[in-house]
Amino acid sequence: MPVRIEADKNLTTAYLSGEIDHHSCVFIRDEIDATINRLAPLELCLDFMHVSFMDSSGIGLVMGRYKLMHSLGGRLRVRGVSPSTMKVMKLAGLDLLAKIDCKGEKR
Amino acid sequence: MKAVNEMKLTIESRSVNESFARVAVSAFVAGLDPTVEELSDIKTAVSEAVTNCIVHAYQNTMGRIYIWVGIFEDSTVKIRIRDRGCGIANIEQAMTPLFTSQPQERAGLGFAVMQSFCDKISVRSTAGKGTTVTLMKKIESRQRC
Ligand SMILES: Nc1ncnc2c1ncn2[C@@H]1O[C@H](COP(=O)(O)OP(=O)(O)OP(=O)(O)O)[C@@H](O)[C@H]1O
Ligand SMILES: [Mg+2]
Repeated sequence: MPVRIEADKNLTTAYLSGEIDHHSCVFIRDEIDATINRLAPLELCLDFMHVSFMDSSGIGLVMGRYKLMHSLGGRLRVRGVSPSTMKVMKLAGLDLLAKIDCKGEKR
Repeated sequence: MKAVNEMKLTIESRSVNESFARVAVSAFVAGLDPTVEELSDIKTAVSEAVTNCIVHAYQNTMGRIYIWVGIFEDSTVKIRIRDRGCGIANIEQAMTPLFTSQPQERAGLGFAVMQSFCDKISVRSTAGKGTTVTLMKKIESRQRC
């Protein structure tokens, strides 16, 4: 399973795992959006702790979830990001859209 | 310059092959003893080019993707990724960061990633015939520095 979701009405946390690319993105996106649209939480947290690879499809995933949360008046947080994934996120300026915590940083 | 080692790989344009393609290329390059960062840069750039063939060139129909990798004397790696898909009418526009023909879910940053993670990228394309993306990256072998 590339995503496991824990949710209450304030916070939805999506634990992503494995490789995030165009192939795995579709499933992850649909799973997260189904929960968000049902619960409209105040905050969505994307947990990258167990993500071993991400390309620009993952940027689209994060940006799309940012837009969705924004349209519902909620916030997005990203945590557990590895150095190689951070490199891709920084290139896209995702660090300007959401609060990003890297691997090893205190939550 | 002639490659000192080379490999060819042909895959079908199924999204499940994205992961296979980037892992196969990085396994071939691993013989040069690259750093973790260099190897992950190559993986990411290959993933971008191969995904573009699947998503854009063949637009989720079946086609073939032709990958060639050459390793040169000076530890430069050259990766060529070719498709026979729809081609790119305006390459300059396509390579502009944030330009995408699929704004709903794509960021339009694939070429920007390839550009920043490799030393050099060249794109040749003919509308209706297909596209060839060539990536070059020099591996600064750890033993030699
Ligand atoms: N092999 C290809 N064949 C046809 N068109 C292509 C090809 N590669 C890229 N393109 C065109 O160039 C545009 C930009 O590509 P790029 O990879 O930078 O962004 P993207 O694929 O749209 O989004 P992202 O890579 O961030 O998910 C694409 O939207 C597409 O129109
Ligand atoms: Mg792309």
